[in-house]
Parts: sequence; structure tokens; C-alpha cells
Amino acid sequence: MQTAEPQSVSAACWSCGASLPDGKPFCDECGKVQVPAENADYFAVFGLPRKLHIDLSVLEKNFYRLSRKLHPDVYAQSSPKEQQWSLDQTSLLNDAYRTLKNPIARTEYLLGLEGVVLEAGKSEDGKPKDSRVPPDLLEEVFELNMQLEEMRMNRKMGEDDPALRADLEKARTEFESQLAELDTSLQALWTHWDASLDGASEPEKTEIKDEIVALLDRRRYIRNLVRDVNEALES
Amino acid sequence: MAEARIVGIDLGTTNSLVAFMQGEQPVVIPGEDGSNLVPSVVAMPDPKKVIVGYPAYPYLASTPDRVIYSAKRLMGRGVEDVQQELQLFPFHLAPDIQPGEVLRLQIGAQQYTPPEISAYVLRQLKKNAERYFGAPVTKAVVTVPAYFNDAQRQATKDAGRMAGLEVLRLVNEPTAAALAYGLDRQKEGVVAVYDLGGGTFDISILKLHEGIFEVIATNGDTHLGGDDIDHLLMAIALDDIRGDYNLDLRANAEAVQAIRKAVIEAKIALSTSETARISLDLPDGTPYRREITRAQFEQIIQPVLDRTVGPCKQALKDAGIKPEQIDEVVLVGGSTRIPLVRQLTDEIFQLTPRGKRPHTELNPDEVVALGAAVQAHILEGGSKATEDMLLLDVTPLSLGIEALGGVVAKIIQRNSTIPASATEHFTTGVDGQTNVAIHVVQGEREMAKDCRSLARFDLKGIPPMSAGLPRIEVKFLIDANGILHVSAREQRSGKEAEIEVKPTYGLTDEQVETMILDSFDYAEQDFAERQLIEARNEADTILAAVEKASSHPAWQQLSNDERTQIGMISEELRVLKEGDDLKALRDGTHALDEATRRFAELMMDSAVASAIQGQTMEAAGEKLGEGPTAPHPFAPAEIK
Repeated sequence: MQTAEPQSVSAACWSCGASLPDGKPFCDECGKVQVPAENADYFAVFGLPRKLHIDLSVLEKNFYRLSRKLHPDVYAQSSPKEQQWSLDQTSLLNDAYRTLKNPIARTEYLLGLEGVVLEAGKSEDGKPKDSRVPPDLLEEVFELNMQLEEMRMNRKMGEDDPALRADLEKARTEFESQLAELDTSLQALWTHWDASLDGASEPEKTEIKDEIVALLDRRRYIRNLVRDVNEALES
Repeated sequence: MAEARIVGIDLGTTNSLVAFMQGEQPVVIPGEDGSNLVPSVVAMPDPKKVIVGYPAYPYLASTPDRVIYSAKRLMGRGVEDVQQELQLFPFHLAPDIQPGEVLRLQIGAQQYTPPEISAYVLRQLKKNAERYFGAPVTKAVVTVPAYFNDAQRQATKDAGRMAGLEVLRLVNEPTAAALAYGLDRQKEGVVAVYDLGGGTFDISILKLHEGIFEVIATNGDTHLGGDDIDHLLMAIALDDIRGDYNLDLRANAEAVQAIRKAVIEAKIALSTSETARISLDLPDGTPYRREITRAQFEQIIQPVLDRTVGPCKQALKDAGIKPEQIDEVVLVGGSTRIPLVRQLTDEIFQLTPRGKRPHTELNPDEVVALGAAVQAHILEGGSKATEDMLLLDVTPLSLGIEALGGVVAKIIQRNSTIPASATEHFTTGVDGQTNVAIHVVQGEREMAKDCRSLARFDLKGIPPMSAGLPRIEVKFLIDANGILHVSAREQRSGKEAEIEVKPTYGLTDEQVETMILDSFDYAEQDFAERQLIEARNEADTILAAVEKASSHPAWQQLSNDERTQIGMISEELRVLKEGDDLKALRDGTHALDEATRRFAELMMDSAVASAIQGQTMEAAGEKLGEGPTAPHPFAPAEIK
């Protein structure tokens, strides 16, 4: 374990002195890895505009191209500081790629950049917070939980109830199709958001953000339901 | 001087190998005995004697409690993990060992940690490579099972350090195998590597694209392999013997080793024959023979092999790939020679229905070392052969922090490409609190107690503030070796928080340091000593030749000055030979060689003249002869 020192942003290559745009991870002139920028934005890492619709093939191509330039394997025989920068730059690149290529993670990340604090993840004490049950699903969820409980009891007793199994499979199909619908809606919201960047008012943008947040909450809830059903059916 | 070579090492449960890139091909470096494999067996018949590899085998029969094998299974583990399997090992743990502590093995009055045992194996490989190159070797790429956790990886790196090797990179074994296979053909597509070795099982799924080897998912079991099959067969033989002869041999270490040897032979035979015989002599000399058919064998080992199915399915699921989307399957590890393993992998990846066969062209015992050599070459800067090749590997296990109530908050998910990082913020719960304790774990379970404890840290020196006010930023970074690094700072004061890490199953830097000195000194000294001995032998050779020279007729053809000069330099060399200055000794030898050059030529001429005068060349040679058989310092190899 080691402690990294805080680094500052440079505007000239430390090695050959060529001028560099801020946040450029390597020098075009001499090819050397640069001091990582503080709080780099994942979109900027790939030279992408901060939009929700992104071209995944461009993302992948840039990921491979940058990996070849920055990876610690390339710097195995370099000075310790270059090795450290390469490590920091590559971990940033990998973190950025992992986040952006996943549509949900990308959406959440962009909302975060826009100052939205998501309910998702952990609360203060680090415990995962249960999302509220969407009101229109209350009845269904209540029934499903009863069935899941029954299924677990059966398993404990070593019994199998084909009718119950069929019900759960039906519920799973139902929720999975809801997930697919949500994903379609999410893409439509992406389009709205990306378009709003061309001069929409702040209240308009806030409205889109709120819609996305609500959709993500619902999606997370349903995804957890599907996970629970899968666990009950598989184990 | 040429750039020091980086070697590739496969530090295996059963066998270890060292390889390097010769031109465009990776090759395994054989030992002095000509064998490519160095069995990972270390015998210490007495405290001053360490014997590694094949020569350690006989001690398994004579002093089994002083021989360690399969030490890899003990790397980075605690006493609570290994209870069951230790039952069948002939060696013992130190009696005072506590749960949560690094294991220590008791050998006579000495104690050794698993990394120290592995260091002896690594040192042997280092020696083999040095002997081969005639130069010191100090840098290596070492392979580890993909599913190794942080502690196991750190232990492997520590072992390298103790052996005097700087481990430039830990490479996952299945990924190394993919590199070895990917070298000579331009492959594109999705590859699954199924690696069942002596003690560990890994499955890795990779995407190959324009020289980039991108691991998309990995899974495995670090306690599953050929050893488990051996143990099953041993248990059966032991029961059998107890039934037939009313003889319980479990406590008899020698007998257990004899049984182990016999069942391994039978296991290997069953890969090619339909029946085999477990054959050994019991302690009282009674022969024990038992036929075993392949069908019986397969029935016995099925449960072991079935345990590889779950990880394969999980890896496919994590990769988001269906079995039929796998373009190629590579089989690695000695245990994949078992026909049932081939059948099982065929089923998992649906090969036969798709008209495919798994790749087994490269020797499954060697392919990992060959891949390590390729990676070593890439780190050296590469060449035409490895141009554009880049390995992007993943972390096999999720990294988490223990939160309130013992639940795990995951901060880096498994199968994240490494290096990977996560930044978390912590605060205080009590006014004026200056320390925050953090517990880092690795694993997929929800509760911290069910995961692997990696380390506990204390963030110290937080400026006293009201509860909840400090904002401590902690950065967790998994490097390209899969090893965790942590840094922290308190954001409000900008102060670097101090971190005190207590690795749960690891050695501290200081501990490693003391272990290095012991073995490292020894290794370096070894190499220096060997070189000195060789140089002395060389000096002896030339001095003996000079001694003889005075009786040769050609000697009289030299001038007085020349003879005096030779005499002086010889005297100097005699003195140098007693000292231990290697360079001076070599220079002295070289000087004498130079000084006697004219004599050698004269002698040659006279030999040729004698030949012309009707004497045979052979006789002339004999006259000169009696000296050492090594290339004679006086007689250049080519005869004019």
C-alpha cells in the first residue's frame, strides 16, 4: 500500500516541453504519459461530448487506442513517477470506460455531474437503501412477496409446487417486459436531454432530470424484484 | 552490457517452470538435469540443507515431515482455511498458530511461511535461468491463478522478493495461456480458457481484437485441482487397506506418501488406458494391488469435476455470453489430460455439436510459462513478434468495505478491468474523533464475515472536529497485478491522513525484509561463489599449462624477457586465485593468456612440424595433453 501525492495539472509536456491541452493523458510529440488531471470527467477522457447517447463503437475504439498508449505494461521499464502516472491514467481510463459503456451507469454518472444526488447506492451509514415501492405496483409486489416466501418455505421442506413455480415464472416474464419498456423510455429521455443542451431553460432541464431520476428509481426497484424471483427459482 | 533479461515463471502447485523469449518464440529453460519442470517440492533434511525439485522426491519416502509440496495451496491463507486438507499432507503447522495469522510450517526446529517455501522454488528457477544465460537474472513475470485474491497475490510477490527476484508483473495463468496460443496466429473472437491444474481451477473468457487480449470475465476456485483427485483416491486406498488388512495407515506419513505416489501413477495411466493398478508395498512388505477401471475412476472424480461447472456458468453469465458464442476453448493444466475433463468441457461449451475441438496443441504443463515469457518480453519493450500485443485483465473478486451491521458496501465490482479505482468518503461519528477504522474485504457475499478479510486500516491524525464534519477521501486502487493500494486525505484540512495497514493474511514489509536477507544473501552469494569457483578453475587450468610449458621445446624459442614476463604474471595470478576478487582474477587470467599467446603459436607450429615429420597429430596432441580437457588456453580451437 502506498500513498499517492496530489498532482497538479500541467500545460506543457514534462518530458519534451511540447504544449498540451489540459487533461491530455499523453504527449503527441514524444508519446510520454502525463501527470493525471484532478477530477477528470469521464466523457472528456474519451474526447466525447457530455451527452447520454454515445457511439459505443467509438468508445471502444478510443478505449483500445488509449490503453495502448497508457497501460502500465508500456511503462514497465520507465521511471517510478512515469509508472505511477501510467497507473493513475489507466485506472481512470478503465473506470471511465466501465461507467460509460453501461447505459445505466452512464446515465447515473451524468446526473451526478449535473449535481443530482441519487437515492441509489448507499445512505450515510453505508447500508443499501430500499427504494420505495412504486404505488401502482403495491398490489403486485405484495402478492409476489407472498409467493416468494412460499417458494422459500417449500425449498426448505424439499418440496416443489409446479403451480407456484409457473406463477413466479409468469411474474418474471411480466417484470422483464416492464424493464424492457423502461429502457425504451429511458432512451427517449436521453434524446430529450441531449437536445436540451442546445439552449433549453434550466427549469426544462431540471424537469428532464427529474423524469430520468424517477425512471431509474422504478427500474432499480423492478430489477431487484426480478433478481429476487430468479434467486428463488434457481437456488 | 546487454539489458538484463526478464524471465517468465509459472509457479505451479505441482511443478514450476521458467521460460524466456528466444527470438520470436518463447522457450522453457531446462534445469541442469535437462528437465523443463522443477517439481514444487522443497526438502529440508537438515536446517542447513535445502533441496528443491526432483532431488527432493526421495525425501518424501524417507523424511516426509521435512518435505513441503503444494505450498501454493497455503499461500495467503489462514489456519482456518486449510484444516481439512492438511490432514493428508505429511508436514505440520507450527503448534502455536492462531486463526487470522500467516501460516507457519514446522520443519524440525525451524518454522517457514509458505512464501519462504515458494521462494526456494523460485530461487531454483532463477538459478536455472542464470546457468542458462551465464548472467544474473533479477526480474521476472510470475503467473498466479486468476482467482487468487489480494493476499495470495501479495504472498506470491513476497516470495519473489525473498528469492531475489523483482516481480514486474503478476499475470493470471489462463491469460498467460491465451497469450502463448495467440502468439503465432492472428486470432479474433471470443476465447474461453479452462485451466485445471494441480491445486487450482480458473476459467477466463477473453475477447481478442487486433492484438488486444481483453479479459471480460473470470471465475474459479483456488482450492480445486489434481490434488483433490489424488486425495479422493488416497482416501479410498486407505479405507481399502484398513478393511482388508485391519491396518490404519493414516498416521503413518511414509505409508501415506507411498500411497500418494501409487494413486498418482494410476491416475496418469488412466488418461490413456482403460484400467490401471494402484500398486505398492505396505510397511510390513505385503504387496497391495488394486485394479481400477476408468469408469470407476470417473465415478469417483465426477464430484470434483462438477465443481468446475458452476464457475464456468458464472463466468459466461458475467461476460454476457452464451456457450455457443465461444469461438475457441483452450485447455490448460495437467488435469485437463483426463478424458472426462475433455468430455465435460465439450458439454459446457457445446463444442462437438458445433464441429469444434478444444486447443491442446501446446503442452498443458508448459503453456502458462510460455505465456509468462511472452508477457515478460512485452514488458521488455517487445519486438516484431509481440508488437501490438496488450493484455487487459480483470479483478476476479469484488472489493468492498465493511459498513454498519457487518454488511459489505461494494466499491469495485468483480470483472472490472485493472488497474481500477474507487474513491470513497468517510467521516467521524463522535465529536473530536481523530481515528477512523476501515475494514476492506474481497468477495461476493453480502456479509463481511463471509468475505475474505484483506486488511484493516486506521485512518489516523484526523484534525479534531465536530462529528460528521471531517471529510476523509480514501482512494482504493487495484493495480495491474491485482494488488490493492490505498491512499487517503482529509479534505477539509487538506491533510494527508496517515494509514496504518494491517494485512490480515499477509506479511508486513519488515517481515518480508528479514526473510529476504536470509535467502537473498544466500542466492546472491551462491551466484558470486559459483562464478568465483569457475574463474579459479580457469586460472588453475592456465597455470597448470604454463607449468608444463617449460618442458616443451617451443619454450626455448621464447626470449628471456618473455619467459620472465610469463613467470611474473603467473605468480600474480597464483596470488589472485587465493583471494575472492572476481574481476581481478579474471583480468589476471586474461593477462596470462595474452602473455602466452606467442608461445601457443610456436607450440602449434612445432606440432604441425612434427606432423609433417611423420608424427601423427594425435601423438603430438598427447604430448601436449594431460592438461585439462576444456578448451586449452594455449591451443586455439582452429588449427592453421
